[in-house]
Amino acid sequence: MKILVCITHVPDTTSKINFTDNNTRFDTTGVQFIIGPYDDYALARAIELKEAGGASVTVLNVGLADTEPTIRKALAIGADDAIRVNADPTDSFFVGAQIAEQVKAGGYDLILMGRESIDYNSGVVHGIVGELLGIPSISPVMKLEFEGTKAKLAREIEGGKEYLEVSLPFVAGCQEPIAEWKIPNMRGIMSARTKPLKVVEPVAVDSGVQLQKFELPPAKGSVKMVSADNVAELVTLLKNEAKVL
Amino acid sequence: MAILVFVESAEGKIKKTSLEAVAYAHAMGGPVTAIALGAVEKSELENLGKYGAQKVLHAADEKLNQGIIQAYASVLAKAMEDENADILVLANSTLGTPVSARVAAKIGASLASNVAELPATAGGFVVKRSIYTGKAFAFVELKNQKKVLGIKKNAAEANEVGSPISVTPYAVQLADADFSTSITSSEKATGEVLLPEANIVVSGGRGMKGPEHWGMLEELAKTLHAATGCSKPVSDMGWRPHHEHVGQTGVKVAPQLYIAIGISGAIQHLAGVNSSKCIVVINKDGEAPFFKAADYGIVGDAFDVLPKLTEAIKASK
Ligand SMILES: Cc1cc2nc3c(=O)[nH]c(=O)nc-3n(C[C@H](O)[C@H](O)[C@H](O)COP(=O)(O)OP(=O)(O)OC[C@H]3O[C@@H](n4cnc5c(N)ncnc54)[C@H](O)[C@@H]3O)c2cc1C
Ligand SMILES: Nc1ncnc2c1ncn2[C@@H]1O[C@H](COP(=O)(O)O)[C@@H](O)[C@H]1O
Repeated sequence: MKILVCITHVPDTTSKINFTDNNTRFDTTGVQFIIGPYDDYALARAIELKEAGGASVTVLNVGLADTEPTIRKALAIGADDAIRVNADPTDSFFVGAQIAEQVKAGGYDLILMGRESIDYNSGVVHGIVGELLGIPSISPVMKLEFEGTKAKLAREIEGGKEYLEVSLPFVAGCQEPIAEWKIPNMRGIMSARTKPLKVVEPVAVDSGVQLQKFELPPAKGSVKMVSADNVAELVTLLKNEAKVL
Repeated sequence: MAILVFVESAEGKIKKTSLEAVAYAHAMGGPVTAIALGAVEKSELENLGKYGAQKVLHAADEKLNQGIIQAYASVLAKAMEDENADILVLANSTLGTPVSARVAAKIGASLASNVAELPATAGGFVVKRSIYTGKAFAFVELKNQKKVLGIKKNAAEANEVGSPISVTPYAVQLADADFSTSITSSEKATGEVLLPEANIVVSGGRGMKGPEHWGMLEELAKTLHAATGCSKPVSDMGWRPHHEHVGQTGVKVAPQLYIAIGISGAIQHLAGVNSSKCIVVINKDGEAPFFKAADYGIVGDAFDVLPKLTEAIKASK
C-alpha cells in the first residue's frame, strides 16, 4: 500500500494571530510553526500502518521553502520520503489540484489528510481531491482499519458515529482518536536529514477565489464576577443583562 | 439568480442550522429552492416555506437515507443544473462541509466555508470567513459564476417570514459508482440536544474530577435544555464521549450561552468557544485563564456551585 499524507505548516495552537501589510498578510513574527494537529493524526495512523507491514509513507506539502523544517519533522516521525509542491497555498482548490496531480504521478492508493487545517479551517481539500480523482472521500474519520484492500472506518456525525466500508483507493480526512500523536526520537531526527525531499513546481490552476483582507475580532470586554454565595444574582444577570436565558 | 439550499435532517426533522441556511439565502434575495435528501417528515419540508423557501424539492429515494458524501454531491450538482441555480448554500457540518467540497469541484464553483455573514455584493461577491479557528476573519472574493457557500452557525437568524408551501418530489438517477462507500451501522445519541446545534452548552473539564460527577452537570443541562460538552482531556480519558469534546481539535460551538465548569481555559479550548455570545466560567482558581475570556465568572468549587445554580434556575422559572 502506498500512502500519501498531506500535511499543513501552521502556527502553533497557542499563537496569537496578527496581520501585516495593511491586513493582507499573516504576521509570522514570533510564531512557531507545527504540523497541523489533524494532519499529525493522519501521519501517526499512516506510520502505524507502515509498522504493521507492507506500506510506504510519503508526506506532501504545498508550500514555499520555509515549510521544509515542518516536512523534515514528519520525516523524523517516520515517513519514508517527502514532496514539496513549491507554491504559496492560498486557495483550497489550488491545493487540491496540486495534490491530485501528485497522486496521479505517484500512484498512491491511500491519501490521508487532516479533517481540516487550523489556519483556513476549510475542511474541504480532501473532498476536492476525491472529486478530482473520481474516488471516495470520507471525513471526519475517527478509526481506520484494513482487511486486505477493504477498509473499515468510523466517521463522526453530529452526536455520534457511523461505521463504513470502502475499498482502496480513497481519501480520508482524519481526526482523533484515529491514532495518538507521535513525537520524533533521536534516531528519527538523525535519519530525517538524509531522507529524500523532492521539490516540484505547481501545475497551473484557475483560482476562483481572491483574498482581499484579514480582520481581527473585536476585543472582549472585561469579566463581571459574582460571588459563589449569591448564585441567584448570576441567573438574574443572564436573564436581564445578557438576555441569554 | 436562483439559490439552491441543501437542508439536512436528523430523525426526520430539519436541522436548525439548515433553517438558518434557508434564511441566509432568503436574506441574499433569493429566489430560494430548498432540497432535502432521504427520509424527512412532510410537515417539516412544508414548513421550509415559513423560513423563506419558494420551492421545496424532496429526493426521497431510500438510498439517500444515509449520508453518502459522493451520492449527495452528485444529486446537488444535478439539482443546481435543473433549477438553473448559480449558488448553493448549506450549513457547515460534518456532512455538509465534505459534500460542499465535492459539489464545488464537480461544477467548477468558487467555494467558501465557515462564512460568518451575508455577502457584500457591491464590488464583486465578497464573503467574510472565519479562520484561525475563530481567532480571525478573511474577506474573500468569489469570482466564478457558480458559487458554493458553507455557512457557520448564526450567520443568519431563522425567522419566520412566510407560510408553509407544498413539496415537489425530485426524481434522481443514482449512479452505482457513487455508492462505493457503504455505511454498515451507526451510533447516535437520541433525544439529547445536539452540541453543534445547541443554544446553551454546559461543559465540564478535569476539575469535575471523574465521570461519576457528571450527573450534577447533566442535571443543570437538563434544567436549561442545554447540550453537554467537555474539554479534551475529559474525552481522552474516556469520561465523556468523543463527540462532546469542544475546542481547536474538537467541536466548535457558537451558542447563546456557554457555561464552563472546572475548565482552565487553555487557548486550544477557547478556540472552540470564542463564537459564543455569552460565556460563564466557574472555577475554584481565580487565576484560571478562562476568566479573561468570560462575560461572567464565579470563583468557587464546582461541587458547591453547580447544584446551587441548578436550584436558582429552577426557582427563577
Ligand atoms: C495541539 C493541541 C490541541 C488541543 N486541542 C484541545 C481542544 O480542542 N479542546 C481542549 O479542551 N483542549 C485541547 N488541548 C488541550 C489543552 O491544551 C488543555 O490541556 C486542556 O484544555 C485542559 O483541560 P481542562 O481545562 O479540563 O483541565 P486542566 O487544565 O487540568 O484544568 C482543570 C481546571 O479545573 C479547575 N478545578 C479543579 N477542581 C475544581 C473544582 N472542584 N471546582 C472548580 N474548578 C476546579 C482548576 O482550577 C483548573 O482550572 C489541545 C492541546 C494541544 C497541544
Ligand atoms: N498546503 C497544503 N499542503 C498539503 N496538504 C494540505 C495543504 N492544505 C490543506 N492540506 C490538507 O487538507 C486538509 C484539509 O485542509 P482544509 O481544507 O484547508 O481545512 C489538511 O488537514 C491537510 O491534510
